[in-house]
Amino acid sequence: MDSFLKIRGLKKYFGDKRVLDGIDLDVAAASVTTIIGKSGIGKSVLLKCIANLLEADAGTIELDGQAISQSRRSAHSDTGVSFSYMFQNNALFDSLTAFENVALPLREASKLNKVEIQERVDKMLAYLELSDSADRYPGELSGGMKKRVALGRALITKPQVVLFDEPTTGLDPERKFSVFEMIANYRERFGFTALLVSHDIPEVFEISDRVAWLDEGRIKFFGKPEDLNTDAQSALSGFLSKANYGPKSSPLNGGNK
Amino acid sequence: MSVVFELGEISLFGWGALRGFFAQRSRFAKLTLGIHEIGVRCFPIIATVGLFTGLVMGLQLYYTLVKFGAESALGTAVALSLIRELGPVLTALMVVGQAGSAMASELGIQRNDEQIDALQTMSIDPLGFLVGPRLVATLICFPILTAIFDLIGIFGGYLTGSLLLNVDSGVYWNRVFESVTWADVQGGYIKAIVFGLLTITICAYRGYNTHRKASFPGVRGVSESATRAVVWSSVTVLAADYLITSFLL
Repeated sequence: MDSFLKIRGLKKYFGDKRVLDGIDLDVAAASVTTIIGKSGIGKSVLLKCIANLLEADAGTIELDGQAISQSRRSAHSDTGVSFSYMFQNNALFDSLTAFENVALPLREASKLNKVEIQERVDKMLAYLELSDSADRYPGELSGGMKKRVALGRALITKPQVVLFDEPTTGLDPERKFSVFEMIANYRERFGFTALLVSHDIPEVFEISDRVAWLDEGRIKFFGKPEDLNTDAQSALSGFLSKANYGPKSSPLNGGNK
Repeated sequence: MSVVFELGEISLFGWGALRGFFAQRSRFAKLTLGIHEIGVRCFPIIATVGLFTGLVMGLQLYYTLVKFGAESALGTAVALSLIRELGPVLTALMVVGQAGSAMASELGIQRNDEQIDALQTMSIDPLGFLVGPRLVATLICFPILTAIFDLIGIFGGYLTGSLLLNVDSGVYWNRVFESVTWADVQGGYIKAIVFGLLTITICAYRGYNTHRKASFPGVRGVSESATRAVVWSSVTVLAADYLITSFLL
């Protein structure tokens, strides 16, 4: 497999606490890789290290063959790879409308003119079924609508890599499915590489090409979702069974528990 | 040692914000919002405090001066005290209370809510975007607010001195115009600009770095940042006032 995103020996400590203890991960271009694991195990920390929001204590991250500098804010622009990040709590600006939130990265960091921005954002809002709420502020939107605005903002720049930090937290099952569907559709349309943190097992496996299981600071399983059940690692099996995931529950196997 | 380190960090923070602002798009629109936040919203409190300060000064100075038969110098005393000292200092303290604390809280919430991280992931310089316009607005608003405070304060002194305590109004205003020199006004403006930059930088710095500087995470951290921002800004204004005054006199 050709790695578009290659992580080697990534370590991150918070004081004496070792959160990431030598992460090795290879993510193929235009694939969806889902990171699963217990809460507080370091999944979001891993995403933030990749996004350069946190500085790793050791290890390397390569994007399209070029190392990301961990000490420079403009690390991603150095590699020429466009990045986007969808935050767990959306991180929308309260003083901006839904339209302005989605348009923000284009207005502030692209060369598009006003008309082009308007067209592109209108299209995105229509696709996300948010056209009627374009002028509403985040405080006036429901949880699901906020998620869609955040998704729109993450995808509006047509990034090459998108990091999704629990994009379906707090959504009802129907909305969860629709967010996953949107990610899958957009991935097909724009061909970005997605790295996703999710607790929605097994639903998230529907759109995942690869699954990485993070435990005790390391990636202890990396492979196709359908290989999860046959894997003999007991800790992983235990984790999956607590997440109500078993051979019969896998949507990939076409059945529910 | 940590104080020196922190002072250096605050200076770099302020410089980064100013520099970042000039690399921003739609600078005029952002600056207008900053002026609204620091200038327009603070105007009512500045006008009110200015008026009452002038009223009290008129009373206190009159009863002091009358002991020496020098009540005709009331205009001089009120005008010079306000323009040289009280105007810039009280204006800065009022803006810290009104806009500085709000800014520290807002930035702290934006930090906790990952909005600042979001800007970074969108390749938008958070310092230039969030702090820069407020700092530039400070440079414009502080001298104007100080001038308004001074004018209303001098008028307050006139209200108590002339209308209440019967100091001749012609004498009061004549003493004001005679005694105030351009050097006094200039000194007041220098103080206003320095106080503005110091207070807004400190308030923004505390809010922006809530995740690093506060002892608690979450809401308590934001509240701590806002409190410390106000306390440290106020102390800094008084310390800087002493230093600048000793240079100017």
